[in-house]
Amino acid sequence: MKILVVDDFSTMRRIIKNLLRELGFSNIDEADDGQTALPKLQAGGFDFLVTDWNMPGMTGIDLLKAVRADPALAHLPVLLVTAEAKREQIVEAAQAGVNGYVIKPFTAQTLEEKIGKIFERVDS
Amino acid sequence: MSSCLDEEMDARLEQARSLVNALENGDSSQADKLIGELAEMSENQMFQEVGKITRRLHDSMNQFGLDERISELADKDIPDAKERLNYVIEMTDEAAHSTLTAVEELLPIAEGLNERSNNLLEQWNRFQQREMPYEEFKAVSKEIGSFFEYSASTSEVISKKLTEILMAQGFQDITGQIIRRVIQLVQDVETNMVELIRLSGGMSEGEQKTHKEPELAGPVVPTIATNDSVKNQDDVDDLLSSLGF
Repeated sequence: MKILVVDDFSTMRRIIKNLLRELGFSNIDEADDGQTALPKLQAGGFDFLVTDWNMPGMTGIDLLKAVRADPALAHLPVLLVTAEAKREQIVEAAQAGVNGYVIKPFTAQTLEEKIGKIFERVDS
Repeated sequence: MSSCLDEEMDARLEQARSLVNALENGDSSQADKLIGELAEMSENQMFQEVGKITRRLHDSMNQFGLDERISELADKDIPDAKERLNYVIEMTDEAAHSTLTAVEELLPIAEGLNERSNNLLEQWNRFQQREMPYEEFKAVSKEIGSFFEYSASTSEVISKKLTEILMAQGFQDITGQIIRRVIQLVQDVETNMVELIRLSGGMSEGEQKTHKEPELAGPVVPTIATNDSVKNQDDVDDLLSSLGF
């Protein structure tokens, strides 16, 4: 299982990486915004994308839309981990085809739960 | 305009002549009166000028939309920025305390592990050098068993505490986002102030600076949160499940 973690704050990338490691995922790559993330995803091999929303360059929502628009990536599970809390934004993310939405600040338990749910659904 | 100025000049000249006359005739009370009148005249003129400048400044500010933006800054954005910065203090305080608490709980655990393992190591060495009677070895092997149990349960506590420390570092992302917004606001205030100074200096040409709201709302600051934002993960989950998630 190869995972891409995208956030413009390196501290948050480290936190998410460490949590994922604790959950047993060790094959993790990072990117600091959508623009650097998309080519990595398109190069292939990723099974799961965890991304922030508010980033310079290309935002997480635009990255999600680009992923869904790319036939090779359309089915990639995507989890948004973001401080964006407007209802209309959550609705927008849902409509764009996000698989999970975790609001910052979050707990280790919340992240574990959402990831668990995503893979339950993907597997079934 | 020029005839008005001429009239003013004529009146002044007339007064100056009367003043010279009064002084030549030694009429000091008349001279004082005339000096007073002249002073009053120039004061009135100054007030009129200040009035005109104020009017021009006000018009220019309206024209550039500065008036509205500055009162918006003063009424809403600056108080909001104060709340945001207070929230930054709160979050960093919370993160520092939860990190310190976890460390304070971890240190005695590390000391306990160290002490017990040193103790056992000493006995283990004696056992290996065949210096330990069988009866004592029975007691020591029991102790080794309980040490294994102890270290299994403490390592669970240790990883739990380490995760707490890890999660506490999330403050850097949230507070960083909030501070970036405050920096944007300071820049906005600066731009408006510069524009204001430029206008009051009488240079009224220049481009209009329009204020741009950030596209994304950013982290929720509890004290200034509006109803169109969710408050926590449960709200997010509820909203998503209402959308059929």
